[in-house]
Amino acid sequence: MWDAVRAAGALAERALWGAEASVRLGELERGSSLGGRLEELRGRSVLVATGDQLTAALALIELDGVARRLVLCPPDLPRKVVPFVMATAAVDAVVSDRDALEAGAASVGTFVTCSARLAPASSEPAGSHHTEWILLTSGTTGVPKLVVHTLASLAGPIDGDRLLTVPAVWSTFYDIRRYGGLQILLRALLGGGSLVLSSAAESTADFLIRAGARGVTHLSGTPSHWRRALMSPSAHRIAPHYVRLSGEIADQAILDHVRACYPGARIAHAFASTEAGVGFVVDDGLAGFPASLLTQRGAEVELKVEEGSLRIRSARTAIRYLGSSGEPLADRDGFVDTGDIVELRGARYHFVGRRGGIINVGGLKVHPEEVEAVINGHPQVQMSVVRTRKNAITGALVVADVVLRTAPDSAESGRVAELEREILQRCRDALPRHKVPAAIRFVRFLGVAGTGKVVRQHA
Amino acid sequence: MSVRASVLAQFERVAQEQKKTLAPLTDDLVLLESGLDSLCLAIIVAELEDALGVDPFSAAAGAEFPVTLGDFIEFYEHAAP
Repeated sequence: MWDAVRAAGALAERALWGAEASVRLGELERGSSLGGRLEELRGRSVLVATGDQLTAALALIELDGVARRLVLCPPDLPRKVVPFVMATAAVDAVVSDRDALEAGAASVGTFVTCSARLAPASSEPAGSHHTEWILLTSGTTGVPKLVVHTLASLAGPIDGDRLLTVPAVWSTFYDIRRYGGLQILLRALLGGGSLVLSSAAESTADFLIRAGARGVTHLSGTPSHWRRALMSPSAHRIAPHYVRLSGEIADQAILDHVRACYPGARIAHAFASTEAGVGFVVDDGLAGFPASLLTQRGAEVELKVEEGSLRIRSARTAIRYLGSSGEPLADRDGFVDTGDIVELRGARYHFVGRRGGIINVGGLKVHPEEVEAVINGHPQVQMSVVRTRKNAITGALVVADVVLRTAPDSAESGRVAELEREILQRCRDALPRHKVPAAIRFVRFLGVAGTGKVVRQHA
Repeated sequence: MSVRASVLAQFERVAQEQKKTLAPLTDDLVLLESGLDSLCLAIIVAELEDALGVDPFSAAAGAEFPVTLGDFIEFYEHAAP
């Protein structure tokens, strides 16, 4: 990767700006974030588990081409799943800006500290490996799936997304350890730009002020990120040329609100997922995407709709899943099923939800089964179905329909309120906040399909 | 109940339920500094839709998004059927 970063030119003027520290790309010509220990990581499977995004970015730049495999730990990865991730990816070295215990990697042989305070590097490292990049995505059972990419599959060009005429200052509300954020890091590094990194410790208002002060030109985030930005008193501290929404359904209301706030900006919404890569980028200001994208000849990305869901084939889809489950990532023809259900209205396809009822709360996936299992653990509950309720702030909220073993009669409204409290408390004790139902509705029965499964609606 | 009273009641209820410390509810309070995060605001918007029958956030753009609590109340007052 470093060769491509350098080939994009103007290293002295370009930078990665974090909330606490910054590094000019030119400094990386003779400096190392890894304390001069890069050679110890050659050919290894390296877990990059940093607290800070800047140190992660610096480590990735140095390690691509040197490590055999890079495993990117997202910031909120639960400590208890780290051993599973390390075993699945055969990790034999850890890079972190924290100590080994904090990084959840006390047992690994090689532990290298990385820092934004660069150490002198003696010589330019030679690339020796086609590094695998491993991204984590949420699975149904609470353990993540490990998705294999390469730099080529992550950074390949996409039609309709070639837009850089000025030296771009990119920024993203996303964390760069997630697919959406990593896309922006790579665009900045390989496309000759700079990048303002977000920080989990910083308020939306402070981030926008910082990005504005660096002259951000290209800013990306989920519709939920953007709704939050538009509600910030600092929304007008940035004047982006390009606004990008991805990771959730961009409805017409949010596209219109972004347009009203940044009338001079090109506003694009993109479809991308960790497994399927970037599917399309649309910038006509309308929700959904033109059906004509499905019939384009010779396109770099091929789209099709089968059994209601969008499927994607391109050089940018992930290579495979890592691990023993043997689940194929693509079908026999190389199409990846995104699981996103689309509906044709006129000449455009619109997203209407996810197969399996997966709920996207502000960019965080919720598998209904996981929540139902907790609710069904209550002794008074016979069965439940967890579904999505559309929401203008987070895109969706989780709500639950619950059938009780013995329905209390209408005179017992106090008992109903008590049961609701008990069930919610159970959920709060067992689940992260975004998975706890915002509302519980007691119903007499639930639809059950011929398969014996509870009927789930797509939206 | 007036729109204002409904909004204030929901802010207090959700803050308590989500164990968040709520800043004093004055009209110039910046929403993102109220002590409530996006998830809390999302729940408030859902509850208000049930109580008032409107969701001004989902309507097409005309007004800018509310920044302060005063803007938020006005947002709903203008949208109320």
